[in-house]
Amino acid sequence: MKKVLYRNQLSKFLGINLIAIMLFSVSLFSQSENADPAKGKQIFNQNCASCHSLDRKGTGPALRNVESRLADEEGLDREWIYAWVKNSAGVIKSGDSYANKVFAEYNNTAMTPFPTLSNEDIDNILAYTAAKEEKPAASAVVPTTGEGSSDSSGVSNEVILGALALVFALLVAMLFMVNMTLRNIAKANGIDVEREKAEKRIPIWKAFVKNQFLVLVSVVFLLLTSAYFVYGFFMQVGIDQGYEPIQPIHFSHKVHAGDNKVDCKYCHSSARVSKTSGIPSLNVCMNCHKSIYEYKGNPEGPSQSDIENGYTNEFYTKEIKKLYAAVGWDEENQKYTGESKPVEWVRIHNLPDFVYFNHSQHVTVAGVECQTCHGPIEEMEVVSQHAPLTMGWCINCHRETNVKMEGNAYYDKIHKELSKKYGVEKLTAAMQGGLECGKCHY
Amino acid sequence: MSSNKKYWKSEAELNPNDSIVEALKQNEFVQEIPVEDFLGNKEGLAASSTNRRDFLKYVGFSTAAATMAACEGPVVKSIPYVVQPDQIIPGVANYYATTIADGFDFASVLVKTREGRPIKIENNTDAKVNGSANARVQASVLSLYDSKRLQGPLAKGEAVEWSVLDSAVKSKLASLKGSSKQIALLTQTYASPSTTKLVAEFKEVYGDNVKHVTYDAISAEAALSAFEEKYGERALADYDFSKADLIVSIGADFLGDWQGGGYDSAYSAGRIPKKGKMSRHIQFEANMSLTGANADKRVLLTPSQQKIALAKLYGKLMGVSVGGNLPENISKVVDATAQEFKKAGKKAVLVTGLDDKDAQAIVLAINESFSSFAFDAKAPKYVRQGDAKAVAKLVADMKSGKVGALLMDGVNPVYTMPNSAGFTDALSKVDLSVTFAQNNNETVAVSTYAAAAPNYLESWGDVQIKKGHYALMQPTIKEIFDTRQFQSSLLMWMGSDKTYYDYIKETWSSSILGGGEWNKALHDGVYKASSTIVDVVEETVASVISEEPVVSSLVDLSMAASKLSKSTSSDMELVLYSKVGMGDGQQANNPWLQEFPDPITRVSWDNYVTISKADAEKLDLINDHVANGGLDGSKVNVKVGDSELKGVPVIIQPGQAPGSIGLSFGYGRKSGLQSEMQTGVNAFALYQGGVSNQSVSVSKADGMHEFACVQLHKTLMGRGDIIKETTLEIFNTKDHAEWNPSPKVSLNHEEVDAVSVSLWDDFDRSIGHHFNLSIDLNACTGCGACVIACHAENNVPVVGKDEIRKSRDMHWLRIDRYYSSEETFEGDNIKKDEFDGLTGDKGSLSGFGELEDPSANPQVAFQPVMCQHCNHAPCETVCPVAATSHSRQGQNHMAYNRCVGTRYCANNCPYKVRRFNWFLYNNNDEFDYHMNNDLGKMVINPDVNVRSRGVMEKCSMCIQMTQKSILDAKRDGRTVKDSEFQTACSAACSSGAMVFGDINDKESEVAELKDSNRMYHLLEHVGTKPNVFYHVKVRNTQES
Repeated sequence: MKKVLYRNQLSKFLGINLIAIMLFSVSLFSQSENADPAKGKQIFNQNCASCHSLDRKGTGPALRNVESRLADEEGLDREWIYAWVKNSAGVIKSGDSYANKVFAEYNNTAMTPFPTLSNEDIDNILAYTAAKEEKPAASAVVPTTGEGSSDSSGVSNEVILGALALVFALLVAMLFMVNMTLRNIAKANGIDVEREKAEKRIPIWKAFVKNQFLVLVSVVFLLLTSAYFVYGFFMQVGIDQGYEPIQPIHFSHKVHAGDNKVDCKYCHSSARVSKTSGIPSLNVCMNCHKSIYEYKGNPEGPSQSDIENGYTNEFYTKEIKKLYAAVGWDEENQKYTGESKPVEWVRIHNLPDFVYFNHSQHVTVAGVECQTCHGPIEEMEVVSQHAPLTMGWCINCHRETNVKMEGNAYYDKIHKELSKKYGVEKLTAAMQGGLECGKCHY
Repeated sequence: MSSNKKYWKSEAELNPNDSIVEALKQNEFVQEIPVEDFLGNKEGLAASSTNRRDFLKYVGFSTAAATMAACEGPVVKSIPYVVQPDQIIPGVANYYATTIADGFDFASVLVKTREGRPIKIENNTDAKVNGSANARVQASVLSLYDSKRLQGPLAKGEAVEWSVLDSAVKSKLASLKGSSKQIALLTQTYASPSTTKLVAEFKEVYGDNVKHVTYDAISAEAALSAFEEKYGERALADYDFSKADLIVSIGADFLGDWQGGGYDSAYSAGRIPKKGKMSRHIQFEANMSLTGANADKRVLLTPSQQKIALAKLYGKLMGVSVGGNLPENISKVVDATAQEFKKAGKKAVLVTGLDDKDAQAIVLAINESFSSFAFDAKAPKYVRQGDAKAVAKLVADMKSGKVGALLMDGVNPVYTMPNSAGFTDALSKVDLSVTFAQNNNETVAVSTYAAAAPNYLESWGDVQIKKGHYALMQPTIKEIFDTRQFQSSLLMWMGSDKTYYDYIKETWSSSILGGGEWNKALHDGVYKASSTIVDVVEETVASVISEEPVVSSLVDLSMAASKLSKSTSSDMELVLYSKVGMGDGQQANNPWLQEFPDPITRVSWDNYVTISKADAEKLDLINDHVANGGLDGSKVNVKVGDSELKGVPVIIQPGQAPGSIGLSFGYGRKSGLQSEMQTGVNAFALYQGGVSNQSVSVSKADGMHEFACVQLHKTLMGRGDIIKETTLEIFNTKDHAEWNPSPKVSLNHEEVDAVSVSLWDDFDRSIGHHFNLSIDLNACTGCGACVIACHAENNVPVVGKDEIRKSRDMHWLRIDRYYSSEETFEGDNIKKDEFDGLTGDKGSLSGFGELEDPSANPQVAFQPVMCQHCNHAPCETVCPVAATSHSRQGQNHMAYNRCVGTRYCANNCPYKVRRFNWFLYNNNDEFDYHMNNDLGKMVINPDVNVRSRGVMEKCSMCIQMTQKSILDAKRDGRTVKDSEFQTACSAACSSGAMVFGDINDKESEVAELKDSNRMYHLLEHVGTKPNVFYHVKVRNTQES
C-alpha cells in the first residue's frame, strides 16, 4: 500500500475537519471539541490496526462507528470503552456481560491492554472510527504541479529541437536556392556547367582486391573483431545477469521495500546471521498480511505504466489471496485451516556449488547494503539479477572496498599491524587475504 | 625379419578344411545385412514420405534444437518453510546433546544438525564419563540414513499398520496374563533407569510370568559375575587410568571395546610425559590389540598362558605360592612385573580381559588390596548387563514351549548366538515373537512381527552409564520412517496413554534430578547426581579400604588362582575380538565403517584370521603382494567344536602370540545388508558359551583371498626421522638435541640446519591467524575416531573394496602404523647406521631386506598423517593451473573448480596425502554408497563441496570451520578464543593427541606445544616447513 501523501495538506485538513464537524453536529453524544480524527487515525494505525480494521472482522471486531453501535445495541457509554481499551481483561473479570460475550466470540483471546493511551487518545480514535468512509475520490485528484514542471522541461527540449530542425530546413532550402541562382547566372553567362566525363576507373572492389596489403590488414582486423565478439559471447555463457523469472506469486519488492519502506532484513532476517539470506517463510508474510488483506494502492491511482502491465489494485489483492491459499488462511473465520502448500519460488541468484558465500559476513560484519549487489531492489516490480555474479566481479569489490574495521574488537590488532605493513589507514579486503582461493572455494 | 609363424584367433583356424573359417575369411558379418530387403523394394521406398533429405533435415534440426536448449540455464526452485520453526535458521547449525546407548556403545555426544537433519557427531565435553565418540559413534550418524532401514512394521515380511501389530500383541499378552506361559523380553543392555522402571511396571500389569532377560552380543559375563559376587551388584568396576603410574593388563583391550570402552582419554592423559613422569604400561596378550600396540612392554602369551601368568602374579603379589608352568623367560617377566607392581603400590592397577570369573575375581581382589587409585568399585559402570545363564534358560524354555510371547529389542540373536540354528528352532516354538530392529536383520526374518525401531538420533531415552552419572537421549530429527521405539510400545501395550518422553521426565523428576533442572539436564545431555555417596567415593575409595590384603576371601582366591594355574593349552587357541571399526556388527551396513582401515592391520572391508609368522610357516600360509599392488592372503578352515568356518582369509600378524589366532566379530552379516557390505565371516559362530578364547583347529584351505589393505609396507626401515621416539630415561637425562636432533644438510660443504636452507622465499605470516596442528605421538592411541570425523565433516567419498585395493582410497587423514624390524625401533636405527658396504654381514642389500620384515614381537607406532599444509609447498610449484595455493593463515588451499587433474601435485607431495577422484563417486551406480541415494545424501555437510571426477582433493585443515570461528568473532566484535579454533580431527580426538590453534596467539595451547622441545616436523630435511607438527614419542621402558 502506498502511503497517503497529501498534495494539498491544507485543503485536505480543512475537508476532514469539515466532515468531522458535520458528524459532531449529528452526534448524539457530547464529544470533546478537540477530538481529532487525523490524530486518531495515526494512533489507530500504530496500535490497533494489527488486529482491527474499520470495516472488516480481523483478530478483533470491525470498528467503524463502534461507539454509536455500542451505544445503540448494548447501551454502553464512552467510559466503558475507556475501561475496555485500557484493561480489557479487567472488564471481563468484572463480569460485564457484553465484555464476556465478545471475549468468547473471539476465541477467548484477550485484547492487548493499552494503559498508556489517554482518554484524549481514545477520543481521537473514536473520532476516526466515526468518520465517514473515505472514498477513493482522493485518487481521482489530478496531479498538477509536479507533473507540470516535468512537462515544461520536456516541452522546452522539443521546442529547441523543433527550432533546430526548422533552422536546418531553412539552411537546406537556402543552399538549394543559392545553387539554382548560381546555375541560372552561369547559364545566362553561357558557361557550360556539365561535368567533365570521368575517366574510366577501376571499380573500387577490384582495386581493393589488388592491394594485397590492404586485404591482409582487413582480414586480420576482421578476425580479431570476430574473436573479440566470440570471446565475449562465450564469457557470458552461464552468466544470468538480468535474469527475471516469473514467480508463482507476483511479489512486488517495489511495493514492499520501496513504497512501504519495509526493511530488507525484516523478511530476509537470516542474512544477519547466516550464509543464506533466507527466503522468508510464509508466517513472516502473515505478520502483516493478516490485517492487510487487500491492496489499496497508490493514492494517486495506478500510473500509466502500472495499468499497462496490469498492476491494478485488484491484481495485487489477488496475489495476496494466493498467499492466503498457500499458507492456508481462512479469511472468513480468521483462522488457519492447516492445509498449507509451500510456495516454489524460482531462484534468481545462483552461485555455483563450489563457491562459498556468506551473507552475514557482508551484511552484518561489513555493513554492505543489499543494493550494492542486488541493485535497486526497492524499485523492482519484478526482481532481476542485477550483478553478473562472476568471480571477477567479486574480486573487484574485494580489491576496492575498504573493510569496515572501526569499533570491531576482532580487527583491532590486525588493523594496527596491517596498516603499519601497508602504510595505509584504510585496508581493503584484498589486503587481508580476501583474494585467496580457499576463502571462497572449499 | 621374415617369419613364417602362424597366428590364429581361434582353434578352428588351425584346421584348413574348416568351412566356417573359409566362409568368414572374406566376410565381416556372419549374417548378411538385409540391404536388399530394404532397398530392393523400390515401390515402398518411393511411397515413403521420408527421404534422405528429410532425414538429414530432422537430424540437423534436432542437433540444433538440443544445442539451443542446452544454452538455457536450469531453473532452480527455492522452497521456504510455510512456518519456520523458531530455532532453525537456514544455514546455521544447531547442536543437541544426546547419548548413544545401542547396547554396545555408550557415549554422551553432541549432534550437529543443519536445517533439521543431523550431519555430525561430536564429543560432549561436559560429560565426565564416556563423553567421547569413538569411530563407530562418529559414524552412527550415517546409520540413521541407512537406505536398508525398516520403514514400517512387518508381519512375516509383509508391511502392516502399527494398529495390526498392536492388536495382535495386546490380545496375545492379555491371553497370556495369568497363564503358565512366559512373556519374555529379550533386550540389549539399556542401563536406563526409566526402562528398568518401565519393565517393572510392565511386569505388574502382566503378572509374574513376565521375564526380562538382558543379552549382550559380546558378553562381559565373567567380569559381571565376579563383581556381583564381591560387591553384590551386577556391574563393572570403573578404572581411571590417568591416576595410575603402572598399568598391567592381561588380555584387556581397554583402548578398544573392553568392558564398554571409553578409557582412552584418561589413559592418554597419563601417557604424556610431564615433569619427567609418565605412566608405564605392561600388556600380556595374544592378539596384537590397539592397547598392546600402545604398551611400553608387550608380552606374547596365549590365553591359557595368560591365566597362569595372572595366577603367578597373584601369588607373587599376595605372597602365596601358585603352581603352573610358564616358559622361563615369561616367568621372569611376571616376577619383574610383580616387583614393579609392588613398588608402584596404590599407583598401580591391574586389568584383565580374560573371560574367566576366577581371573576377574583375582583382579578385583588385587586392585582392592593395593587400594589402587585408578580402581573404582563404589561407582561402577552399567554398560554391560547381559546374563548368559538367563539367556540360556530362556532359550531352553522357548524350546520346551514355555514361552508364549517373546519381545526383542536391540538384539539380533540369530546372528550373534553361536548356536543360531538352535535359537531359530526355539523361536519357532514361541507363539508370538516381536523384534524391534532398525533393519531387516537375521532375527527379523524369523519373527512373527518386525517392529521398525527408530535410530537413537530419533528416540528419547536415559542412561546411567556409571553410578550417579546420568545422561539423556533426545531426538535430533523427526522420525524419518514409520517407527516406534520399544519403550513407547511397552507403554502402549500396558494401556498407558503416556508418551515415553513424559515417562522419562517423571522418572527423572521423582528419583534422579533431586532438585536439579530438567531443562538444564536436557541441554547438557548429562547430569551428575549430587548425592554425596558418589563424590566421597571417588575421592577416598582408595584410602578408606585397608591396605592389608583382604584376608577373608583369600582362601577362595587361592583356589581360584590354583584353578587358573592349571589351565591347559591346546595346540591352537582362538581369541575373538571386536574391531574399533565394526564392533559387534550392528552398523555393518555403514560404508564409512566398512572402508575404515583397521588401525593394526590396515585392512578394510574384511575380517580375517590373524596368525603369527611362525604358525603361518608351519601351516604353509602366505601373504603375498601381487603385481597389481594388492595384498592376497591364504585361506584357512577354522573349527571350534562342531562349528567350522571355511575359507577364512589369513593375515600374518607381527606380534601375534605363537599358538594363537585372532578373529574379529561383526562381519559376515547377510540379512538386511547391501551386497557390497556383506563382507567377511561371522565369528559369532565360534563364540561358544560367550567365551572369547576357544581351543581351535586350523587347517589350510584352497585359494587366495584378495584384501583391500591401505598400507602394504610394514616397517619404518630405520627411518627414525619419520617417527622420532626415545625412552623416558634418555628424555629425562639428555639434551633434546640428542633425542630430537634437527636434520642437517650440506651447504657450501658445510653442515647446516636443514631448516635454514630453502628454495623458496619466505612469506610473512605474522599478521592475523596462523594455524598449526599439533599431534602428540605419545597421546595418540590410533583409535581412528578422527578418520571418521574427517569423513563426516568433509564429505569424503566411499570408494569401495576394489578401488581401495588399487590404493585409490580417499581418506584425507590416514593413521600410519609402523612395526619395528628389530625388537625396538631404536634397534632398527642402529642396524641401519651400522650398514657397511653393499654385501657381506652388514651389507645394506641384505640388511634392508631384513629391515622390511617386522619382528615377531615388534614395537608399534601410530602416526596420523594428513596434508601437512607446508609453508613451502612442493605441490603448489608444480600445479600448471595454480589450483593449489597457500594462504597467509597457514592453510594450503585447493580450488577444485580450477583443478584440471594433472596429478603433478600428488607426485610432488613428499607426504602422499593428496587424493585423486578417479571416478565420480556421487550419483553413480558403480559406487552405490550413501552418496548415491537421497537418504544417504542427507548426511552431506552443506558447507563443503562434493568433489567431482578428475579433481584432486586433500585435507583443507577444515577451513570451513576456521572461517566460521573467525566470522562468529567478527559478528560479535570480539577476538577469537583459543578453544574456538578446531578441525574435525582435533575436535574428535578425545585423547588430546591433536591440538589445533593459532600460533600467532601466543597464549594459545598450540603455540605452547610448538615451543616444546619434543616438537618436530615430518621429513624436516625436505624443507617444506609444514604447519602440522608432531611430538616425539617417549616410551617408558625403565624397569623400576
